[in-house]
Amino acid sequence: MSIGTARPRIEGTAKVTGAARYAADNYPDDMLFATTVGASVAHGRVAAIDLAAAMNAPGVVRVLTAGDMPALGKIAPPAAVLELPMQGDRIEWEGQPVALVLAETIEAAEEGASLVRVSIETRPAMVPGKGRLETPPDHFAKARETKGDVETGFHEADFSITNCYFQPSRHHNPMETSATVASWQGDHLTLWNAAQANLNAPVVLAAAFGIPKENIRSISPHTGGGFGCKGFVWPHELLAAAAAKIMNRPVRLQLTRAQQYSQVGHQPECRQTMTLGAKADGTLTAIRHEAINTTSASGLHFEAPGMASRGYYACENIEIEHQVEHIHTTQPTPMRAPVEGPGSWALESAMDEMAIALGIDPLDFRLKNYAETEPVDGKPWSSKKLREAYIEAAGVYGWRTRAERPRQDGVYAIGHGMGTAGMFCARFPGAARVRIQRDGGVIIEASANDIGTGNQTVYTLVAADTLGISPDRIGVRWGDTRYVATGPVYGSSHTMGTGSAVRVAVQEARRKLQLYGAKADGPLDLAELMRRANVEEIVGDGAWAMPDGAPASMNGNGTPYAMQTFGVTMVEIGVDRDLGVIRLRRAVARYSAGRIINPLTARSQMIGGIIWEWGKATMEASPIEPGHGRFLAKNLSNVAVPVNADIPSAIDVGFVDEFDEHASPIGARGIGELGSTGVAAAIANAVYDAVGIRVREVPILPAHIIDGLG
Amino acid sequence: MRNFTYAAATGIEDAFAADGADIMLIAGGTELLNWFRLGIASPGHAIDIGRLEGLNGIALHGDRLSIGALATLNEIGEHPLVKDRASALGEACLKAASAQIRNRATIGGNVLQKTRCAYFRSEAPLPWGCNKRVPGSGCAARDGLNERHAIFGWADSCVAVHPSDPLVALTALDAEVEIAGKNGRRVVPVTSFHLTQEEAATGVENPAETMLPETRLEPGEIILGYHLQVVPGQRSAYVKVRERASYEYALVSAAVSVTLEDGRIVRARVALGSVAQKPWRLSAVEARLVGVVPERDIVLPILREAMIEARPLRHNGYKITMAAGAAARAIVNAAMGDVA
Amino acid sequence: MTIPETHAVRHIVHLRVNGEAVVAEVEPRVTLLDYLRDRLRLTGAKKGCNEGACGTCTVLIDGKRMNGCLTLVVQCEGCEIITIEGIAGDGELHPVQQAFIRHDAFQCGYCTPGQILSAIACIAEGHAGSEDEVREWMSGNICRCAAYPQITASVLDAASAGKERN
Repeated sequence: MSIGTARPRIEGTAKVTGAARYAADNYPDDMLFATTVGASVAHGRVAAIDLAAAMNAPGVVRVLTAGDMPALGKIAPPAAVLELPMQGDRIEWEGQPVALVLAETIEAAEEGASLVRVSIETRPAMVPGKGRLETPPDHFAKARETKGDVETGFHEADFSITNCYFQPSRHHNPMETSATVASWQGDHLTLWNAAQANLNAPVVLAAAFGIPKENIRSISPHTGGGFGCKGFVWPHELLAAAAAKIMNRPVRLQLTRAQQYSQVGHQPECRQTMTLGAKADGTLTAIRHEAINTTSASGLHFEAPGMASRGYYACENIEIEHQVEHIHTTQPTPMRAPVEGPGSWALESAMDEMAIALGIDPLDFRLKNYAETEPVDGKPWSSKKLREAYIEAAGVYGWRTRAERPRQDGVYAIGHGMGTAGMFCARFPGAARVRIQRDGGVIIEASANDIGTGNQTVYTLVAADTLGISPDRIGVRWGDTRYVATGPVYGSSHTMGTGSAVRVAVQEARRKLQLYGAKADGPLDLAELMRRANVEEIVGDGAWAMPDGAPASMNGNGTPYAMQTFGVTMVEIGVDRDLGVIRLRRAVARYSAGRIINPLTARSQMIGGIIWEWGKATMEASPIEPGHGRFLAKNLSNVAVPVNADIPSAIDVGFVDEFDEHASPIGARGIGELGSTGVAAAIANAVYDAVGIRVREVPILPAHIIDGLG
Repeated sequence: MRNFTYAAATGIEDAFAADGADIMLIAGGTELLNWFRLGIASPGHAIDIGRLEGLNGIALHGDRLSIGALATLNEIGEHPLVKDRASALGEACLKAASAQIRNRATIGGNVLQKTRCAYFRSEAPLPWGCNKRVPGSGCAARDGLNERHAIFGWADSCVAVHPSDPLVALTALDAEVEIAGKNGRRVVPVTSFHLTQEEAATGVENPAETMLPETRLEPGEIILGYHLQVVPGQRSAYVKVRERASYEYALVSAAVSVTLEDGRIVRARVALGSVAQKPWRLSAVEARLVGVVPERDIVLPILREAMIEARPLRHNGYKITMAAGAAARAIVNAAMGDVA
Repeated sequence: MTIPETHAVRHIVHLRVNGEAVVAEVEPRVTLLDYLRDRLRLTGAKKGCNEGACGTCTVLIDGKRMNGCLTLVVQCEGCEIITIEGIAGDGELHPVQQAFIRHDAFQCGYCTPGQILSAIACIAEGHAGSEDEVREWMSGNICRCAAYPQITASVLDAASAGKERN
């Protein structure tokens, strides 16, 4: 039994020795260094660009502007921005590339960029609160959803509350900024690309350059974090390839941290209004969830926070309404926990407020409204063990006895808070190939990238389990479109998709081995079987498809089941009343997420998810400067993300024992984003518990505490 | 980054060539390289003073603690003499930046760093006005997102605060700055070395159109070091308030030095950081604290009252309460600490 | 001291990098980080922010941890530079590297070289005495995947193992 045993990641040695290659670690011969020149305003038109000084800078080879660009073909998703870069003079967001400097060194490229003089006819920019509101078209979520009649529900309620919850725009800020190295060989293109989905860039670049996508090879074994911003295909990937084509030399374009802020998306500002109605016994009678998220001037990113109110609690009357507000900003894109990330911030805060209004323990209030089936369409869950998660977390945390604990520790007032976690279940088809070697060794191949989730190690555990052999005998080749094309590493989907495909591929190989005496079940002696087979290798191909061959299945679409992941986080925080600072003391979380393939890496993901939310709840923000429509700061010195000192070791995460046979043949659902739901609300709830201040905007800053205490 | 020439100084007099514009001094470089990248400065020439001999010492002569300008923040923060005699300075150094930066950053450079105002620290060309970057372009922070800006000493032309931690401690410890230049050496009290925007604008005909100085350092001068009078019985402490627990600039900080007799304060120095373009001494409060028992509930009202002179901007009124709280905490911590 | 008149002057700088003598010929503006990566192809040192705000470029200079992005090569005359490529022994990983693998102290791995070099220095400095001390002294290295508890555990583990050996 390999599945379920903690196993260090197979790429560990490469990562601790510096041998792991990331996109910008590649230096094809004769490579040029590129950097973009961005528009300094959010809205306007490029009137003129003066390149004279830039071209005079030693080492600068060329500066490309719109006029130099080849005519590119129309692109479609998975392109993040449908408008092609540097094809016209219109500026719709600050930082939008208007020129590309190519030089022999990075120093020369950056100096050249600083010398490009761009004249812009500036136009007034739409900023948050002053943009254009629109009801978005239905996407993977519906703009508007209703069940029952909320007015009836509010009428039946003994208590109802309405509050607004705010979260600012924020950035993914993976430690590796996006980077693309592009090299053409005739009409074939090789990319070394920081990506979460190796297959996406070839699709978009093939359309843009009018070549078959098979002509494009994308290599990226290691990606330095993505959190969503390396999922879709962004302008810099097109620019790098276009420049390499024009120059007939390989080109590297690695975004600076500031460029990263403007060119690869962000999570938009979300303003949510929650109205809850409940009877005195705690029964929810109505949930109304209204949400507005900002989006770009011509794009339609639809964050859909209201979906949380569809899936979290049983309620007869639910109304969800989404709007988007167009402003002049870079295109938003999914960021670790989209949808329920913002949604749970509002819903789980409101649930706490209602529990307090009702005088019911927040945990009991949630148990009272436990959704035994999908709340809106009534479908049975594929599997749900949230009740067990609540009970286990409460026991480990000491939730029921928290009132007996000291309320003060030195300068810190102590507070306890909880929030339900829940994340939609995105499933994508997967594929993999297994090669059983003459010596009995096993190699698995799949195109997917490593972004740190531990997927390659998961493959080895699934394969070892299926063959009854030690995972030590299994190697993996990955991160290259030359291998079998498989699903993305986003949407908390990869283990289900490719993990299941590995299972199928290995089963196929195992069937082939039956010719040489392999048992149908149980451990195999592969070396002996291969000796008997006397061939170089035995190959098994595996694919895992969605119902009706769909490209994706959301929340169990196309099946008789509703699918979602669940959990709960309980946090203890300290609030310093005099200084206003909030510090995390401990956290306990339990999840219902299907079978856990590798508890070691799964634990790391959940801890990372909780810390991600600590950042959201207490420090992170990329506010848009209201007078200028650009992010106030585009760096890591003026935008705080958590550091080690913020995080105590007492973070206890775990999973309820579960096998979800409907979600995937290996019993898994997904975990990558689940840990980043419900936590921000738990923290706000704990702040209220500690000092009696209800903060309805994140990040909750010392200023909120100071001003709140008066 | 524009290219520049490089030369390593072989003696202090080599540094006098630096005019602060086309010729600049580099020591640790942790601040300067970012100026170059952002276009805050782009000199033609850099003179490296980082390896000059004799400028990084930390020594006690009688009751005078001397710290060379090239001593790094880690060297100061971990030095037994500093820990024993000037604990506020040690704490302030070790709460600055990160362990890596503190291994390069010198105390001389640290006090000459510029504000962390996000408008100022923006990539060129700036979309907004910043008189510190382009004199006469205005101050977008004045009526913009000014949560982290000044509550004392600011002018409409600039509302930035100084970010240094050690400087706040040096101010509470009555340090003197020793300066050298072509015209010899001079000593300036640290309290008058830096300038608020108001002070810098005094006597300037058209301050909004002028690149105003932030210190009294003249072109061609360098800081040689600091001298602190280590008062017997003095205890000091530094409190830094920030949302992130480490590796972050202060929202507000406070350094205090107190001397106690029979459990009461007989001498106090209180300096606030990140509330103005220089550490803000609460001189009036220092007198009022004499005779007081250093307990939170007693000193906090005194400090809060002293804050009525603050002039908050639209978004930073919280700093008034926070600064009083930080100063009170520092007094309590200092009183509980070891005696110098 | 003579101030060169022209920017075209390249400087010859003598370094030792991972134990080997290197003669660098660089413009003054070239940072140690870009030099290690673009010229020596020691790509273990990573660029994260290029302003000293993340620590991914941490290397050891004369035994002290520093940000490669805040250091000019011309400032390193005679210096001993150690990068992540230079810490493993013959066929055996450094104890800190082993601890990082054992505790799963990384996910994407991009910040890991900097974390490990910082951890080695943290232990050598004597700043690995307690959880709180490690958390504070390892705060100069941001891990956006947020493996902080595992990093802290790795540092404490490697530090105590080192004490036992001595």
